[in-house]
Amino acid sequence: MTSPSSTQGSGPRTMFQKIWDKHVVFSEPGKPTILYIDLQLVHEVTSAQAFEGLRLAGRKVRRPGRTIATPDHNVPTTDRSLPIADQISRQQVDTLRKNCEEFGIRLYDLHDPHQGIVHIIGPELGYTQPGMTIVCGDSHTATHGAFGSLAFGIGTSEVEHVLATQTLLQFKPKTMELRVDGNLAHGVTAKDLILYLIGKLTTAGGTGYVLEYTGEVVRRLSMEERMTVCNMSIEAGARAGMIAPDETTIDYLRGRPFSPQNFEEAAAQWRLLPSDAGATYDVVKTFRGEDIQPQVTWGTNPGQVISIGDKIPNPADFSDPTEQKSTAQALEYMGLRSGTLLSDVELQRVFIGSCTNARIEDLRAAAKVVKGYRVNNKVHAMVVPGSGLVKRQAETEGLDTIFKEAGFEWREAGCSMCLAMNPDRLEPGERCASTSNRNFEGRQGKGGRTHLVSPAMAAAAALTGRFTDIRHWNYKA
Amino acid sequence: MEPFTVHTGLVATMDRANVDTDQIIPKQFLKRIERTGFGQFLFFDWRFKDDGSDNPEFELNQPAVKGATVLVARRNFGSGSSREHAVWALSDYGFRAVLAPSFADIFYSNCFKNGLLPIPLSESVIEKIFARQSSTPGYKLTVDLEKRLVSDSLGLCESFTIEPSRQYNLLHGLDDIGLTLKNEDKITAYEKAHGIA
Repeated sequence: MTSPSSTQGSGPRTMFQKIWDKHVVFSEPGKPTILYIDLQLVHEVTSAQAFEGLRLAGRKVRRPGRTIATPDHNVPTTDRSLPIADQISRQQVDTLRKNCEEFGIRLYDLHDPHQGIVHIIGPELGYTQPGMTIVCGDSHTATHGAFGSLAFGIGTSEVEHVLATQTLLQFKPKTMELRVDGNLAHGVTAKDLILYLIGKLTTAGGTGYVLEYTGEVVRRLSMEERMTVCNMSIEAGARAGMIAPDETTIDYLRGRPFSPQNFEEAAAQWRLLPSDAGATYDVVKTFRGEDIQPQVTWGTNPGQVISIGDKIPNPADFSDPTEQKSTAQALEYMGLRSGTLLSDVELQRVFIGSCTNARIEDLRAAAKVVKGYRVNNKVHAMVVPGSGLVKRQAETEGLDTIFKEAGFEWREAGCSMCLAMNPDRLEPGERCASTSNRNFEGRQGKGGRTHLVSPAMAAAAALTGRFTDIRHWNYKA
Repeated sequence: MEPFTVHTGLVATMDRANVDTDQIIPKQFLKRIERTGFGQFLFFDWRFKDDGSDNPEFELNQPAVKGATVLVARRNFGSGSSREHAVWALSDYGFRAVLAPSFADIFYSNCFKNGLLPIPLSESVIEKIFARQSSTPGYKLTVDLEKRLVSDSLGLCESFTIEPSRQYNLLHGLDDIGLTLKNEDKITAYEKAHGIA
């Protein structure tokens, strides 16, 4: 499966090509390439069977020093001094601890101040760096591509493969450039940008591709905003998503605990990573920032998304019979009628959290909206910081006080209600404005109705009890 | 891993696009630490009513398709999460092959780690299979991995694409890790060349 885009050695190369070339251990025609993996991140849900596989085969972890672990999916976001109530969750978290001890892997366990969502702690501790190949048994591993790394989500068998060999077998994907020029309007965020792009690509539009996000709008994004964008690459079906490193990236990494010791030398190498002038991608799509409005998903996959001012679509809007059927099914599940304005849709829950939007800038944006207001009396709203570090920084800035005074619950770090593996979940029929990344049926709880939005939009919805256009918000700060 | 050569089985269809891994295996069942026993939770929220009894409306609960080993669905099957548990659930339930116009990447790759054969066929061929299944009681398909052919007793004979190395490994039930470790000297050479100790 050779791609016609820029290939090794001959002329200008894309950033993807440079990183791919550098990590080839061995390749032969007709077989997947053996790629070296610089960093594997591990969490409790997709690793137990992988470690058991190693044990059964009598194998060790080849490079324990290139592996870090943390429990995030199952952990409660309430009082962590108590043992985890759900016995099976507790066993899974305990199993991770035992496996890390047995195989010599650094673990940021439940009571560690650095514990958090795996895709949040990797970057904030400086583990994630430009030019790396990174894997994790979780599809939102694409997040790390924000640093100009090649980061893949993998299944448990591949987790075991990387543990045993420090390599991954990969058929070379194709490349797609998504260039966004112009400006994002006031009130339009990185979350809206990626939701808009997924709406345009559809939920399978990126299948088989590694996406590279380029253009003026992307260059202006902060590191946290870039992580939000790359995080949801998988929702367009893509293998990975990347943004080229620049001085913003270098400034972010300077001084982080696990950034390279010889920092300036490493940074000089990173500056060579961006795609060469004249490098070609298999597909190029261009967009204007001005076209993007605050987004809200209405359906049961992230591609079913509209702007805040739009009406809920009609199956008849689609010509393809399969799309018509999907639309009808989604509307029924979500309890929505075609032609309704989003601003007329009321909700009962709000969740600000997840690897997509639970970093300090996300919490600041939400707090700015919330300050001086109170949560609507029909809404139960919750803020779950992405890591212990994010939580403590938010508390230093007084953000927790703003949320609590307004009537939000302020919780401990974890994946929480993004996927409801812990006790945080929706009841059947409850409608939720969520800053997470998936709105599949039952994702946040059986029968739960998820709408994906940005942190500011979620905050506004919590205060008014309905979807609200953040561009017209009256800030009381 | 059990090799896959030729399989003939009863066909069950699922007339839905974008069937995601949260439907195939809901998250509460990901807490298990074993690889086995996931079949009982396959499509859990669609398959069972709240009281635990079978949902009579769900496709796979129809008596005519009990014991089906070939699943046919619409485009982008397996979208969403990387959870390999989705493949374990389909396999443990009894499916040996899944046919669809397209598959999500990670799911597709996970299938090959577990001897479940994902077969991409054009929308028109899939449509033909849907039509035959609904009008032919006890409809079966034969999947021949060596010849890369899907056929039935009514004259259907369609070839499908698969990477040759994946085909070979599945035909012989070969495990990826064992194969990669045959090249361990190259991994060590790479590490030496890149100063990885």
